[in-house]
This record gives sequence, structure tokens and C-alpha cells, in this order.
Amino acid sequence: MGCIESLSYEVVLQGASFKECREYIRANCREYRIVEPGFKIFEKPIIGIPPISIGLDGDTITFPFTKPCYGTFLLRVDDSEEAERIRREGKPG
Amino acid sequence: MTSVQGAAGKTAVLVLGCPQVPVQTGIALYLMSQLRKKGISSTIAGNRAARLLIEVSDPERHYISEVMDLDRYIADLADRKRQFDYHFVFIHNDAGVSYAATVQALTQKTVIALIYGEHFQDVAGEIEFPCEKVMAKAVHNPMPLKNKLDEVLPWVVSNL
Repeated sequence: MGCIESLSYEVVLQGASFKECREYIRANCREYRIVEPGFKIFEKPIIGIPPISIGLDGDTITFPFTKPCYGTFLLRVDDSEEAERIRREGKPG
Repeated sequence: MTSVQGAAGKTAVLVLGCPQVPVQTGIALYLMSQLRKKGISSTIAGNRAARLLIEVSDPERHYISEVMDLDRYIADLADRKRQFDYHFVFIHNDAGVSYAATVQALTQKTVIALIYGEHFQDVAGEIEFPCEKVMAKAVHNPMPLKNKLDEVLPWVVSNL
């Protein structure tokens, strides 16, 4: 799996704070896992303020993606293998 | 070069944020010069624009040694490939807080958070993890942040 920018993703939130992204995931995703900063999603270490929540709806993953100049985006990507790995390795929320 | 006892030979990384706030580049160069006087070598980690601003400002590389991509710096910390004695994180927005929290979590070290910009107090209020805050309302004029840095840097290099 390559870099996140090359994935087919949907932007759920843009220009939101990290806290708002976390709250969105907890309120809107069927289940979520808690991971530490540096946990890799699509081979890229996740940036964020603990506790970092990653949303899961079947094979759909909802996660925060932070860039220095653009702030945090909440992205949604379909990937069954990655969803299963996150479900297995993350801490149940 | 004068060295602070115990600090000479140590390494620092300056983690730059988005360069949209003008004081960042000047303060980064100033900080590198001060660290150099104390015998500490500095690495710059930033996105392309932030790195180029630093490199263009110090063409003879009086202060710059290593320059690395921000994503690679985080990946190297996550993979335990790199270690630094001091992590100075430049913060003026929510993304900067996220990067500082990530560095703190990955290294378990006390991060030195340089907080500036128009809304520096609001940004500082978002920080709930252990760190040393150096903060001032500095946007175009670097002096308020430089003065704060001058106050705390001797303590930081001696105690962290």
C-alpha cells in the first residue's frame, strides 16, 4: 500500500481541530479503535493527540490525517485488509 | 565555541510548522546559532517550504547541518531509527500541537514547545501533554519570542 495521497479517499471533515475529528468518529462510526501516535495506517505513522480514535464501519476506515499547513483532515477509505489489521491491533474504544 | 557543561556533543531537532507565520524562520536560525554556541548540533525537520526558507536564509550553512523531511523525521522516530536529545517543536496552529503530541508520545521526552502567532494562548491551551512551553505573541516581530527563548534556553539545555 502506498502513500495516503495516492489512495482513493473521501474527505469527511476539513479544517477541523483534532478534537473535533475524534468526536466525529466516536459519534458517527459503528465502532472505533484507539491507537497511539506513530501507529501506521497505510504504512504512514499517524500524527495526533492521544487518545487517537480510528473509526470502522465494516471495511471502511475513518481516520485523521494531519498536514502542517492544512491542519487535520478526516478521511474515509475502503480497505478490508487494513480495516481488519486496525481492528486487530487497536485498542477497543 | 563555548559549551554548557553537560550539553556539548548533544543533538537537537527543530521541528518546523507551516511557514505562514513570518517569525518561524528567523527564530529557527537564531535558535540554531544559540545551540551551536553551547556545543549542540541541530537538525531541521520540516515540509519543503519551511526547509527551503531556512536553506535560502543560510546559504553558507553557518548554522544548518542536517535538513530532513518532516514525514521522514516522524517515521524515523516511530521506527526507532533516530534519537535526539532535544526536540524543539514550532507551534502556531492545531496541526503543530498534533505534531508535538506525536513527538512526545514517540520519544517519551519533554518536548520544548515554541508557541507563537496571533492566537498563541488558545493554541497553548490545547496542549495537555507534558512539555516545556516557550510562548509569546509573535507574528512579524520575533523579539518577544527571542526574549523568552533567551530566558529559558540555559535552563532547558541544562535540565532536559
